[in-house]
Amino acid sequence: MRLNELTIKDAHEGLKKKQFSAVELTKAVLSEIKKKEKTIRAYITVTEQEALDGARKVDQLITDNQPLGPLSGIPVAVKDVISTQGVETSAGSKILEGYIPPYDATVVQKLREQNVVIIGKTNCDEFAMGSSTENSAYQKTKNPHDTTRVPGGSSGGSAAAVAAHECLLSLGSDTGGSIRQPAALCGVVGLKPTYGRVSRYGLIAMASSLDTIGPIAKTVEDAALALTLIAGHDPLDATTRNVPVPDYTKKLRDGIVGVRVGVPREYFGQGLNTDVRKMVERAIKQLEEQGAKVVEISLPYQEYALAVYYIIVPSEISANMARFDGVRYGKDRAHFGDEVKRRIMLGTYTLSSGYYDQYYNKAAKVRALIKRDFDEAFRKVDVIIGPTSPSVAWKFGEKTDNPLEMYLSDIYTITANLVGIPGISIPCGQVQGLPVGLQIMGPHFGEEKVLQIAYAYEQTTK
Amino acid sequence: MRMNKQQNKKYEPVIGLEVHVQPATRTKMFCAHPVPEFGAQPNTCVCPVCLGLPGALPVPNKQAIEWTVLIGLALGCKIANFSKFDRKNYFYPDLPKGYQISQYDLPFCQDGKVRLDPPDGRAGSGKLVRIRRVHLEEDTGKLMHSYQLSPANHSFSLIDFNRSGVPLVEIVTEPDISSASEAKEYVTKLAQIIRYLGVSYADMEKGQMRLEPNVSLRKVTSDKKQVTNLPDYKVEVKNINSFRFVERAINYEIQRQQELLEKGEKIAQETRGFDEKRGITVSQRVKEEAQDYRYFPEPDIPPIRFSDSQTSDIRHQISELPDAKRGRFVKQYGLTAPQATNLIQTQQLADFFEEAVKDGKKFGQEAKTIANVIINKKINWQNLLPAQLVQALVHGQREEIEPGVLEKAIDVVIARNKETIESFKKGKTGVLEFLVGQVLKETKSRGNPTEIREKLLEKLLIKE
Repeated sequence: MRLNELTIKDAHEGLKKKQFSAVELTKAVLSEIKKKEKTIRAYITVTEQEALDGARKVDQLITDNQPLGPLSGIPVAVKDVISTQGVETSAGSKILEGYIPPYDATVVQKLREQNVVIIGKTNCDEFAMGSSTENSAYQKTKNPHDTTRVPGGSSGGSAAAVAAHECLLSLGSDTGGSIRQPAALCGVVGLKPTYGRVSRYGLIAMASSLDTIGPIAKTVEDAALALTLIAGHDPLDATTRNVPVPDYTKKLRDGIVGVRVGVPREYFGQGLNTDVRKMVERAIKQLEEQGAKVVEISLPYQEYALAVYYIIVPSEISANMARFDGVRYGKDRAHFGDEVKRRIMLGTYTLSSGYYDQYYNKAAKVRALIKRDFDEAFRKVDVIIGPTSPSVAWKFGEKTDNPLEMYLSDIYTITANLVGIPGISIPCGQVQGLPVGLQIMGPHFGEEKVLQIAYAYEQTTK
Repeated sequence: MRMNKQQNKKYEPVIGLEVHVQPATRTKMFCAHPVPEFGAQPNTCVCPVCLGLPGALPVPNKQAIEWTVLIGLALGCKIANFSKFDRKNYFYPDLPKGYQISQYDLPFCQDGKVRLDPPDGRAGSGKLVRIRRVHLEEDTGKLMHSYQLSPANHSFSLIDFNRSGVPLVEIVTEPDISSASEAKEYVTKLAQIIRYLGVSYADMEKGQMRLEPNVSLRKVTSDKKQVTNLPDYKVEVKNINSFRFVERAINYEIQRQQELLEKGEKIAQETRGFDEKRGITVSQRVKEEAQDYRYFPEPDIPPIRFSDSQTSDIRHQISELPDAKRGRFVKQYGLTAPQATNLIQTQQLADFFEEAVKDGKKFGQEAKTIANVIINKKINWQNLLPAQLVQALVHGQREEIEPGVLEKAIDVVIARNKETIESFKKGKTGVLEFLVGQVLKETKSRGNPTEIREKLLEKLLIKE
C-alpha cells in the first residue's frame, strides 16, 4: 500500500514505529497531488514548502523520542473558507483572490499545535454556496469515481482530495450538507458536528447560525480522531458550548445491540432515487442484523425544511457578505458569482421591513417547530438514519441552470443544520460504480453514539 | 410686540435626545483588544474582530453589559430578563462588517426617568424626562477626507479603525424636552449620574459622550386630544461636542423651523450637522423615507438572560446618587438646597466636603462654614486635602481673636468641665482634644488649635 493511501491510524503507527518518516508520508501525498491534480483539481492552493517544513519538524520530534499526537505529521487539507495565517484564503471567490489572513482559524491553530501537516487549501463553491463545487470561481473539481461527474459540494475539493488520496484527512464546512453530501458522492466519511461543538472562529461565514466545521476522512475512526482534536469550547466563539470533549474513539467498538435506530418515513418519499433507496434500506437491514432496533418515525415538519432553510440562510448571507463592499480586499462586487448575488438579493428581500415578519420571522418560528420534531424523535430513538443525498453524483452542468433542483439535492441534510444536531455520512455501497452515502444523525452533542453506530456499520462493509 | 408674543406661542418645541456614552471598559465591545488611548496613532488598536475580517467572531464584553444595566437601573429602567444583540445593516466605509452590532427590539433597559434638578437648586426646571431605552452597541471607525485637510482636495479619504468596536451605551429619551435649556439640564444631569456610577468619564472632548438632539415644532392647541400629538417630522442634529453647543444648536433649530413654518413651508425629515464656528446647523442627509436597516438577531451571540438576583447584584453596586445625596446634605448638614446642589456636582467634591466636615468637627468648624468656603471658591479644593482646608480655616480665623478672649474662653471651659479634667488628670489624655473643641466652640471657632492645646496643657499642669 502506498503511504498516501493509509488511514490516519495506520500512518500514525508507521511514524511511531519509524517504518517511514513524516517527510516520506508528505512527499507521497505531494506526488499524488502532482499526478492527479491535472484532472481532479481538488486544491486551490498547495503549500508544498510549508508542508515539508512541518513534516521535518515532526521527524525531529520522532528522532528526539518526543510524544507524538495522533495527528502529528498527518497531511491534512483545509477547505478554502477556513482562515490560514499567511496562506491565501479565497473562499472560492474572486472577490477574495489574493487575500492572506493575518490570523489562523481556531481549528487550524489546533492542527498546528499538534504538528499536523497542512498540505493546502481545497476548492469549494464560492463562499460555500452550492452543492456541486461548480460555483467555485476558480475551477471545477472532478469526482474521483467518475471525472465527468461533480464531487458534490460545497466541500467538493475536501471530499475529492480524501477520495483521491491527495491527503489523509480534510476539513470541510457544513451549513446544509456541505460536508456530508460531497462525502457521500465521493465515497468517504464526512462528519458534521453539533453546532457549538467545534469553533467557527476563522471560518468565513455563510450562514452563521448553521455553519459548522468538521472532518472528511477515509474511515469513521479517522473522523473520530479528528473530531477529538478540533472540538471544544473556544473563548473566541460565543456559540461554542462548554461541554467536555471525550476521546471519540473510545466507544467505537461498543457495538450496537439494542440501539434504537429511527427511520423517518419522510426521508424515503418522492424524489429519492430508487437505487439509492435500495442501498440505504439494505444498510438499515444490516444494522438490524447487528442487533439494532429499527423504529419507524415521522418528522412532520420536514416538508418545510427547505423553505425555512432558503429564507434563514440567504438572510444571514446578505449580512455576512456586506463586508465585501468593494472598499477593502481589493475587488468590487462585480466579482461575486451568480449564486452569491442570488442569495444576497433573496436575503435582503426577506429581511426588508414589511417582509421580515412574513419571511424571516415566520421561518424562525417554523425552525423552532422542526427542532421540536427532532426533540420528540430523540425521545424514542438514539439516532435517525436515512440517505445522505437523494441521488448519486451527477454530471457537470446538469443542475446549474435550475437552482431549485440544486437546492433539492440537500433535502436530507439541511435539517441537521436547522436543528444544530450532528450528522455523519458513510459509504453504503455503490450504484453503477458511484458511491451512495448513509446518513446517521444524533441528538445535540451525541457525536459519540453517531460515531459508534457508523463504525459498527462500516465494519459490516469490510 | 403683541404680534411677537402671539407668534412665540404658536409653536412649541418637541425635543428628544439620543446620548451615546462610552463605558470605561479596558477592552472593546466584542474583542479582547484594549480600547485605544485618546489620540493613538490611526489603525494601531485593531484586531481581526474589530476590523471585521472574514471569519472573525464577536464575543460580548461582560463588563460593558453589566455597566449598561447599572446605568439603566440608576435611571429607573426595567431590566430585560431576556435580551439579545441584533445586526443593523447599512453600508458605510467606516463600518467594516457592513452591519453594526446593536440592539433592536429587546434592549437591556427600558422605561426609565430622569428628574431634572428642582427649581430651588440652580434655576432647575424640576422636569421629569422619560427614558425610552438604554442599549449597548459598538462604535464605527472614523473617516478622514482629504477636503478636511485642504478644501479643494477631494481625491482621497482615509479610515481609522481604532474606534471600531469601542462600546457605546445609547440612552434615548421620550420627546419630553421642550426647550434648549432643559436639554442642557438633562445632559448635564445624565453626565453627572454616569460619573457618579463610575462607569464612564463622559468626557465630551474625547468622544466619550455624544449628544444627538432631535427637534421639531408642534402647533400650540387647546384641543386636548391634539396636545400630545407629535409633529410629522423630526430633525436630528449631529456633531455636537459640548453641553453649551447642544443649547445653541437647539435654539438655532427652533428659530429656523419656526421661520419655515410661518412661511407655510413643510419641514423635511433630515439629519443636520452643527457648525460650531458659525453657530448654525447644516443639512447632511434628507431622509425621504425611514432607512431600512433590516435588523435581525445577531446569530454569532447567544441571547442574554438576566435573573432577578443578577440584576439585584448589579443594583447593589449603585452608591448614593446625586438626588439622594442632595436630600441628605440638606437634612444632615442643614444646608440650603442650592448649597447642596452645588456641593454634589461631583462625587469627588461631595466626598471632599464630607471629609472636611468630619475633620472640622474636631475644631468646632461648622458644616455650613465649610460649605460656604467651598462654594464661594475661596479655596481651590482640588489642590487641598480636607484636613488642610480645615487647618486653613482655623488658621485664617486665628487673626481675628482678641488677646485675652482666648484666655477667658479656656478658663470657662475648665470651670465647666471639672469631671473631664479629673479624668484627664487620672491619665485619660485623649479628652484633651475634646477640650480643645470646647474652647473653639466658646471662641466661635476662632483661635489656633495647637495654641489652644498648649495653653490648655499649661493651665492644667499649673493647677496640678
